[in-house]
Amino acid sequence: MPDETSTPTRPDVLIIGGGWAGSIMAKELTEAGLNVTMLERGHDHSTAVEGTYPGSIDELRGAIRKRLFQKLARTSLTIRNRPDQTALPYRQLTAFLPGEGVGGAGLHWSGCHFRATEDDLRLRSATIERYGENFIPKDMHLQDYGVTYGELEPFFDKAEKVFGTSGEASSVRGQKTGRGNIFAPDRSDHFPLPPMADTFSASVFRAAATDMGYHPFSIPAANASQPYTNPYGCQMGPCNFCGYCSGYACYLYSKASPNVNILPALRQDRRFTLITQAQVLEIMLDDTHKKATGVRYVDLSSRTEKTLEADLVILSAFQLHNVHLMLVSGIGQPYDPVTQTGTIGRNFTYQTITSSRVWLPEDRFTSQFVGAGGAGVAIDDFNHPGFDRGRLGFIGGSPIWVNQAGLKPIAAAQGSGGKGAPRWGSAYKSAMIDQYRHSLGIDAHGSNMAYRDVYLDLDPTWTNAYGQPLLRMTFTWKDNDIRMNQHVVSHIGDIAHAMGATRTSLNSLQPGQPFDSRVYQTTHLNGGVIMGENPKTSALNRYLQSWDVPNLFVIGSSAFPQGMGYNPTGLVAALAYWSAHHIRRTYLRNPGPMVSA
Amino acid sequence: MGGAASLSSVPLLSRTAEAEPDKKAPKVPENDPAHYKPTFFSQEEYLFLCHACERIFPQDENGPGAQALGAPRFIDRQMSTPYGFGDLWYMKAPFHEGPPELGYQLPYNPRDLYRGTITPINTHCLMTYNALFAALPPDRQDEVLHDMENNRLRFNDIPGAAFFEQLRTNTLEGAFADPAYGGNHDMGGWKMMGFPGARADFMDWINQEGAPYPFGPVGMPARPDPYSSAFQTDEEG
Repeated sequence: MPDETSTPTRPDVLIIGGGWAGSIMAKELTEAGLNVTMLERGHDHSTAVEGTYPGSIDELRGAIRKRLFQKLARTSLTIRNRPDQTALPYRQLTAFLPGEGVGGAGLHWSGCHFRATEDDLRLRSATIERYGENFIPKDMHLQDYGVTYGELEPFFDKAEKVFGTSGEASSVRGQKTGRGNIFAPDRSDHFPLPPMADTFSASVFRAAATDMGYHPFSIPAANASQPYTNPYGCQMGPCNFCGYCSGYACYLYSKASPNVNILPALRQDRRFTLITQAQVLEIMLDDTHKKATGVRYVDLSSRTEKTLEADLVILSAFQLHNVHLMLVSGIGQPYDPVTQTGTIGRNFTYQTITSSRVWLPEDRFTSQFVGAGGAGVAIDDFNHPGFDRGRLGFIGGSPIWVNQAGLKPIAAAQGSGGKGAPRWGSAYKSAMIDQYRHSLGIDAHGSNMAYRDVYLDLDPTWTNAYGQPLLRMTFTWKDNDIRMNQHVVSHIGDIAHAMGATRTSLNSLQPGQPFDSRVYQTTHLNGGVIMGENPKTSALNRYLQSWDVPNLFVIGSSAFPQGMGYNPTGLVAALAYWSAHHIRRTYLRNPGPMVSA
Repeated sequence: MGGAASLSSVPLLSRTAEAEPDKKAPKVPENDPAHYKPTFFSQEEYLFLCHACERIFPQDENGPGAQALGAPRFIDRQMSTPYGFGDLWYMKAPFHEGPPELGYQLPYNPRDLYRGTITPINTHCLMTYNALFAALPPDRQDEVLHDMENNRLRFNDIPGAAFFEQLRTNTLEGAFADPAYGGNHDMGGWKMMGFPGARADFMDWINQEGAPYPFGPVGMPARPDPYSSAFQTDEEG
């Protein structure tokens, strides 16, 4: 046993971050015969320890006291709405919840497991084809991924089989099933598991949406609707709708996570080494600045600084941390919003989400505590590629869905009131109880476009526990996305009426409304180290390889040029498998740039 | 007018103040929130807390209020956890005020917020209404809380709204967290809301076509004391 100040043996590959992207890359590269070391800043997590009942379903300890989330005391970021403001630290976790520890945000995610649409991946080209170049607002950085749906399809399929995803296909090898999302692109195979059952709230939405001529479908869920064994031999048990997905580790082995679906296989492989409590501070470069030599990290258990070298470095931390590590390591050119040069920090995007509420009659109980993170019913009528945005004058769209993930009492109590309704006192209490028993939520979960003055860079004032500058986020809602959101939400009222609503509270973004970091939205942050076809406007080529440092690949939603209407994890996983496939097939035989700049 | 009178007007505290055991008194369960002696808050601070929590979440026709649920006890205990010390927050200087959308920016952890605010609120109440907060009629207490919520009051450099949000957040946590944390006494919060507690298994109840879920709540099975240091730090290895 090495003493704790010793340096681990030199691997072939270093992977920074132990979430979905890192675990997929580790699995693929050990399969290729390489020795892989994965560095994770947090602790190890397993279902048998952190996931056990009842500790795993303790709301206070879980989502409220942030058991599985990033430890802000050590590092955070600063936020501002406009470049002329002073950004201030994100001191309390609210709007978004990055993970910490093995599994990353993939341990506490919900499990909505979407593919991208064909247009999502080539949104600039598709927009110009459909509406002309002048349709794109002047300050919008609308870009293509450089990879198509057809190219990614086998990797979407692979990810679904690893995740044990429950869903209903609409089109399989050209055959229409008559079920599922009729707008979804063709697939090479069915989902590995049948769709999740509808909760009462989802069934009411499904019926109303059908009556109105929309096209409801079961949300693809990485929550197992049946027992399942994935291609790695990892087993899942059927989900019992306990309601503890989002923010929690699943105690039933039902929600896909790196911990359940990949690591049990990886841990048996002698070529794989996991080092926890390893906070990477820097990706080291050689004198040419064109080659990564390894990483410098703090071993938090011994509080010593260490370095580790390797031939290939995979940066697969959470989106924000990928961007931060690129900037502090001096890789690529930081984005400058004035000159619009540089790529690192460019095209930072989020999710344009608003949640509305519908009350059913008092004899209808919505049992909001029943739920599964990925289960629910959605319509894509305002999100699919063919939805005519021309007359509406915006780019993007939103699925609308009832995704009853399991509403716990503290969250329900804190989220009740507001918008003119009392937030405390007896009237609040009555309304809160009524809302818990008889209402349901409907989300407009929309895309978010990239803009010239929305970006990430380093903060000039605040630092993390290791003395490094914090990342600085400059973000607010923009006109195109506000109008998209308003249009989509305007249809929710009619759906609610058809559901038999006695009352609704519709929420949409308002012009000029700044992004509010105090309110939870989603943890779907994108961009900052994006993939693309041009090194002037992207940090990575289409294989997620750094244009500047070819033995560095940066995997995650940080590679998305803009935010989709869907949740990001399905695309993150597919891009990881896509990148790994080309590393195995091409890069390892001939290390170097896979696309000439 | 202030101190002693208002203390004795609160039955919950007057009982705990008398330490000598009374053998004739009916035995009350050990976990009755009325018998709790605060460890972080002073008697005067705790008296404020009991009354302020109760106004935020009052006893009414729906069921028990914050005091009967033990929310003040919950808050007192939370003050000795990492959360109370601000260990869950990024607390590095410098501290600058900014637009509300950029979030909490005070240099104070939850302990500081309570400690730095309750006495000044009482002073304000004494100067304005000639009585401590706890001795004010409920309508007047609501007025003071509204003034805090809307930032019409400020205590030294703590805006009223910052304290109010802390208090509201912790009160609701205390009403609905697992009873092991000292609030939600007898699962009263869960019963009121229709939350079935730690059942966490709805395989046969995914869609009951709008009928109510038929079972009442269960608490979490016994496990390590959530206030033991081992429980608090298990994520730290």
